[in-house]
Amino acid sequence: MTVRVDRYRCGYCGACVGVCPNVAIELVETWIAVNDELCESCSICVKICPIGALEVVGG
Amino acid sequence: MIIKKRYDLVVVGAGPAGSSAAKRAAEAGFDVLLIEKRQEIGDPVRCAEGAGKRGIKRHIKPDPRWIAAEVRGSRVFAPDGTRLEISEEGSGVEVGYVLERKIFDRVLAEEAADAGADVMVKTLATGLIREDGRVAGILGRSLGRAVEVRAGLVVGADGVESMVGRWAGIETTLAPGDIETCAQFLLKGVEVDDYCEFYLSNRLAPGGYVWVFPKGDGMANVGIGVLGSRSESGMPIELLTRFVNKNFPSARVVEVVVGGVPVCGPIKRTIADGLMLVGDAARQSDPVTGGGILNALDAGVIAGDVAAESLEKGDVSREALKEYEERWREKIGASLARSLVVKERLVQLSDKDLNTLAHSIKDKDIARMGLFDLLSLLFKTNPRLLWSLRKLF
Repeated sequence: MTVRVDRYRCGYCGACVGVCPNVAIELVETWIAVNDELCESCSICVKICPIGALEVVGG
Repeated sequence: MIIKKRYDLVVVGAGPAGSSAAKRAAEAGFDVLLIEKRQEIGDPVRCAEGAGKRGIKRHIKPDPRWIAAEVRGSRVFAPDGTRLEISEEGSGVEVGYVLERKIFDRVLAEEAADAGADVMVKTLATGLIREDGRVAGILGRSLGRAVEVRAGLVVGADGVESMVGRWAGIETTLAPGDIETCAQFLLKGVEVDDYCEFYLSNRLAPGGYVWVFPKGDGMANVGIGVLGSRSESGMPIELLTRFVNKNFPSARVVEVVVGGVPVCGPIKRTIADGLMLVGDAARQSDPVTGGGILNALDAGVIAGDVAAESLEKGDVSREALKEYEERWREKIGASLARSLVVKERLVQLSDKDLNTLAHSIKDKDIARMGLFDLLSLLFKTNPRLLWSLRKLF
């Protein structure tokens, strides 16, 4: 399980990065990078996304 | 422009906090590098762009290039539409500017450059260099190329998405109840006057508010903040779209802004050996208003000063950097802590409670009050509803 970013929707604001308890997300320049190794699919980032660009996938 | 292998100070992030810190340390004669991961400073905007005039003037001479509009006061709407207006001249909080952050931030970075700091964009920090148990520089990528920059001291001004602090073992993760998740449209073709408007309502914005800030020329920043713990995926943009369709049906959207605003109040620690955090990275934004620019500027200046003093003494240990911790808390810590108490209560209030509060003071002479005086009056008029604020007044 991990989190997938809809790049067409994402506004690369970094809100998801700030709430990730596992430091699994990073806002690189204009895209969100998710580290699948660290992501525990807690879905806090999904709920926090102001624009609905994240979803938990797999597993 | 060549990034050198070694600087006295490396500042990560060229927002208001980072640029002020870089400027101060450079003015004191130190060799400073200010890096920004975006290719353009100040863009994309993640801000409602409102700030008190007095606070801005403390730091920089007002310049029409980055002032989009001036506002005379604030209008707060209760859920049932009850209107409260505060417009005290000189209160500093309510009388303000709506900035053009894209230009404002750039000008601040230019000032750092004028003071002698090296500035480089499209340059991302990817990690920290550690030496003898302290932060001793950054690893990064500049225009896509790997760089390694040693530094006597590092300042993390890398915003809500800060990694620098977490890399150094400082806990800055925001719980969902500690962040406002926000969306904003810059609208063209709206009729607004020179007041900032705030709409409080759990229906419109659960645990947050909707704002309308004039930007001049028939434009306005219309945005929403929803408390993270009460939001769902995409809720801010959906609620905002609904609000705009209803209230500004003929407006055109010329910019979309999204962002997260820390509302956790002062965090326990903002320093490590060889490192200071500042601005949103240090969670220094106001828990009630969400305002962060002035606190970032204040803390940035303090960080720059302490950086200069510590480098001068040759001691950048956590113990020495306590000076930064103490000074920023003295300057803005009490106000952040107070705002946190107010926020924790405000987000619990029902729409009925909010209406009750508005009704209780709507016929009183509040026009010249600042936010704190208004809260104090609200407390005195509604002690039961606001009992948890009793220690503030």
